[in-house]
Amino acid sequence: MEEKNDIREINARQFFPAIVKMRTEKWRLVQICATSVEGGCEMSYSFCRGYDMRTYRFVAYGDEEVASITQIYPCAFLQENEAKELFGVNITHIKPDYKDKLYRIEEETPFKEKE
Amino acid sequence: MAKRSIVPFGPQHPVLPEPIHLDLVLEDETVVGAVPSIGYVHRGLETLVKKKDFKQYVYIAERICGICSCGHGLGYCMAVENVMGIDVPERAQYLRVIWVEMSRIHSHLLWLGLLADALGFESLFMESWRVREKILDMFDETTGGRIIHSVNQVGGVQKDMDSSMLKHLLETIKDIERDIKPLVDTFLKDYTVQSRLKGTGILKKDDAILLGAVGPMLRASGVEYDVRMLGYGAYKNLSMEPVTCTDGDSYGRCVVRIKELFQSFDLIREAIGKIPEGDIHVPVKGNPSGEYFLRIEQPRGEAIYYVKGNGTKFLDRFRLRTPTTSNIPPLVETLKGCQLADVPVLILTIDPCISCTER
Repeated sequence: MEEKNDIREINARQFFPAIVKMRTEKWRLVQICATSVEGGCEMSYSFCRGYDMRTYRFVAYGDEEVASITQIYPCAFLQENEAKELFGVNITHIKPDYKDKLYRIEEETPFKEKE
Repeated sequence: MAKRSIVPFGPQHPVLPEPIHLDLVLEDETVVGAVPSIGYVHRGLETLVKKKDFKQYVYIAERICGICSCGHGLGYCMAVENVMGIDVPERAQYLRVIWVEMSRIHSHLLWLGLLADALGFESLFMESWRVREKILDMFDETTGGRIIHSVNQVGGVQKDMDSSMLKHLLETIKDIERDIKPLVDTFLKDYTVQSRLKGTGILKKDDAILLGAVGPMLRASGVEYDVRMLGYGAYKNLSMEPVTCTDGDSYGRCVVRIKELFQSFDLIREAIGKIPEGDIHVPVKGNPSGEYFLRIEQPRGEAIYYVKGNGTKFLDRFRLRTPTTSNIPPLVETLKGCQLADVPVLILTIDPCISCTER
């Protein structure tokens, strides 16, 4: 079995400073995962440095704005566009923003929990 | 400043086995920017996890991609096993390593063939794929399938290899190793190949880290990161070091993949030498409850599998971050400053797998 996952719950206010800290400490962004939960979407951002992996997590409720981290980690754009398009997470200022056309699908937010 | 123009590249292009599109911003013949587009064949396989029993879903995970099929089955199973606290029998762990390393050989030989084809070196392309046939035949003999193997299951593996099969595998590996040596000489020493690869598409070490490169793309920029070093499965009992190169160019990425071929031969030989007798799977009781992020080293690089169970037979979430998803941003960086004629080869050097990316 692999090592224990290091998942740290944070709130929306702590999110951006945490990401900046990871960048200054030279952590590599490895994945962004959106998961539908009651009333919103759980966002998990995982980073690696050496073989250590750390995940920061918070829940974006309803249409709550989530700031894009592409200014800090430019490589986040594909996964942020994916979370926005498939789960309907309101991620703002993604660079580049594909405006829900990353995946050429007709259904809007297909992975979002339907009420 | 030269006049800028935008040239569309793909989604259909002779060098691309799968559809990806790039808007190339050019100044004369020099690329100064690129905007990638994917999404032509998105299948939404992740969401099927809510409709299929978590044991059945292995068959879907294996079909995310043909080249990485074995690895996707393994990654999914290991993630579920971690959630459920299942200890997989040691023999099964060794068998998994053997099949996954065979997949790496298959994938890297496929890539070498595609690279040769992109360079216009047809005989080298055909020779690479001729050798690759041997590993596909070996898959057929050991699993019953050349592409989709269906060997992994939650709790172990479905098929075993007896001693005569393992001996036959060793002989095949020896044959392949002998056959690829002249090909390797051509890839690494031929003037034509070198002139197309050396000094093109340079990705510096710091950029590789910042842009999230993985696998041979990352290691060719001098970063010693290979998830197998975490020692998952039987890797903890096998000796290996990450293969790296400091050049950071297309040639460096070719060198890393070629050296990894020989590393895989050694790992298979060592695994066959150490494989213990015993069960190949354990019974699985109950349903997964909890979550887990799992990393494995696929042929194209680190893949991350996330599963979240709710105590029923249906999982709440399965997420796969594929190596190609991570390697597209570094690709865009390597394209800047290159000549238009080099774009097809540069795209190939990340070994893009759009099927995985459009899971």
